[in-house]
Amino acid sequence: MLVIDNLSNTVADKPILKGLSLTINAGEVHAIMGPNGAGKSTLAYTLGGRPGYEVTGGEVRFEGRDLLDMEPHERAAAGLFLGFQYPVEIPGVSNLQFLRESLNSQRRARGEDALSGGDFIKLAKEKAGLLGLDMEMLKRPVNVGFSGGEKKRNEMVQMGILDPRLAILDETDSGLDIDALKIVGAGINTIMRKPDKAVLLITHYQRLLDYVKPDFVHVLAAGRIVRSGGPELALELEREGYSEVLGAEVSA
Amino acid sequence: MMTALALPTRREEQWRYSDVEAVASVWPLSAPYRITVAAGETQAHRLLQDAGDDAVIVRDHVIEVVDGGSCAFHLLNIGGRLGRVTFDVTLGKGAHFELHAAIIGGGEQTLEIVTNVTHAEPDATSEQTVRSILAGHSTGSYLGKIAVARHAQRTDASQSIKAMLLDRTATANAKPELEIFADDVKCAHGATVGELDKAALFYMASRGMDPATAQTLLLRSFVAGVFDGIDDEAERERFETAALRKLETLR
Repeated sequence: MLVIDNLSNTVADKPILKGLSLTINAGEVHAIMGPNGAGKSTLAYTLGGRPGYEVTGGEVRFEGRDLLDMEPHERAAAGLFLGFQYPVEIPGVSNLQFLRESLNSQRRARGEDALSGGDFIKLAKEKAGLLGLDMEMLKRPVNVGFSGGEKKRNEMVQMGILDPRLAILDETDSGLDIDALKIVGAGINTIMRKPDKAVLLITHYQRLLDYVKPDFVHVLAAGRIVRSGGPELALELEREGYSEVLGAEVSA
Repeated sequence: MMTALALPTRREEQWRYSDVEAVASVWPLSAPYRITVAAGETQAHRLLQDAGDDAVIVRDHVIEVVDGGSCAFHLLNIGGRLGRVTFDVTLGKGAHFELHAAIIGGGEQTLEIVTNVTHAEPDATSEQTVRSILAGHSTGSYLGKIAVARHAQRTDASQSIKAMLLDRTATANAKPELEIFADDVKCAHGATVGELDKAALFYMASRGMDPATAQTLLLRSFVAGVFDGIDDEAERERFETAALRKLETLR
């Protein structure tokens, strides 16, 4: 589904990713862990197409198409979803309006009919319920006045409504207490644990992985994947720390 | 008589950012439009200035709100090569004036709102909200003077001015001016000039929203609320629709 081959980039002229390669197949959940400053969020933003994240080498194919050649909104319409570490507040635009315009933009781009108001509200209600987010909150401006945990739940409600093929979730667990973490974890499983979908979890800690079990765990350090393994690698990292597990590789 | 006056120049503060060449083509100006609100009376006025591209519009208002009277004015200023709307307001004891205005300009347009609100007696209140969206080589200006007479105690006057520039070549001028002789006075004023929030635009794009839709949504939210106070629903819709249509021409 996603093939990243030898990807390098710069942010404000500073090299961050340095030849990163990673392949994600349909039906798989991958987790990327790594120390601060390794380039985890940079990877997410680069795949999402954020302006200022300059690709300097390598290529990325998403469902056979050249991802890097697409505009951010085209990537979304092609089935990519980016869960933000810090969801953006948009005063004056309600969540429902924001999501309906987003979904219908995607549908137009795919040559599908726009969803009617009634069908959209039904869909929004269902997904909000799944994530335990009060429907009233969706009538309020996007993320304005939301707590950290509510913002992350809102990201997952958006994911549920937009129904992507691949979700890249950047630190979706940060700011969540244990109860919210359980709900969000269950939400990710319900929405994305399907044979034709895939997930890339970017996380600092093992704890989200208790609820969303990864098939593969990778360690990102100094702009590259330096180690890959199964779920046991996450536990090893949690127990021993990055420097112990990676040794000299971290500073490489 | 107005006709006896000399053509204005940019040296005069009230005309500093104007298109005086355009003004010359319509000189002498017609007499100002007069509004008098009697004691205790409430009046609502509005103006949708959407003249054609080559028009030169200068519309002056002289408004007197007598003791305890209240006047609300809604203005959408979007038309003409020059679209200039001015208000010279005098408030009696306990009188109230409010202006809710939006300027939306593109191309080579010069759009202006000039206000001069005099709190002549105690306990009067005034409130001015102006939202401007400027694209291309357009210029949007707000010059707002508030004068408070020596004995006009407990005056409460506010100005909230915000402008959004869509292109580097557009210009926004915001110039609040206070002249206060009383000592028990509240005058709040704020002026900001900004651009569309890039973080919000990327967030919207990441959800699949095409750039044109995202921009329109952000701009709509920027001017949202300006016309909320128009009681007549059909009229409110007429203003909102005209604003939206104008926004769409700026893409």
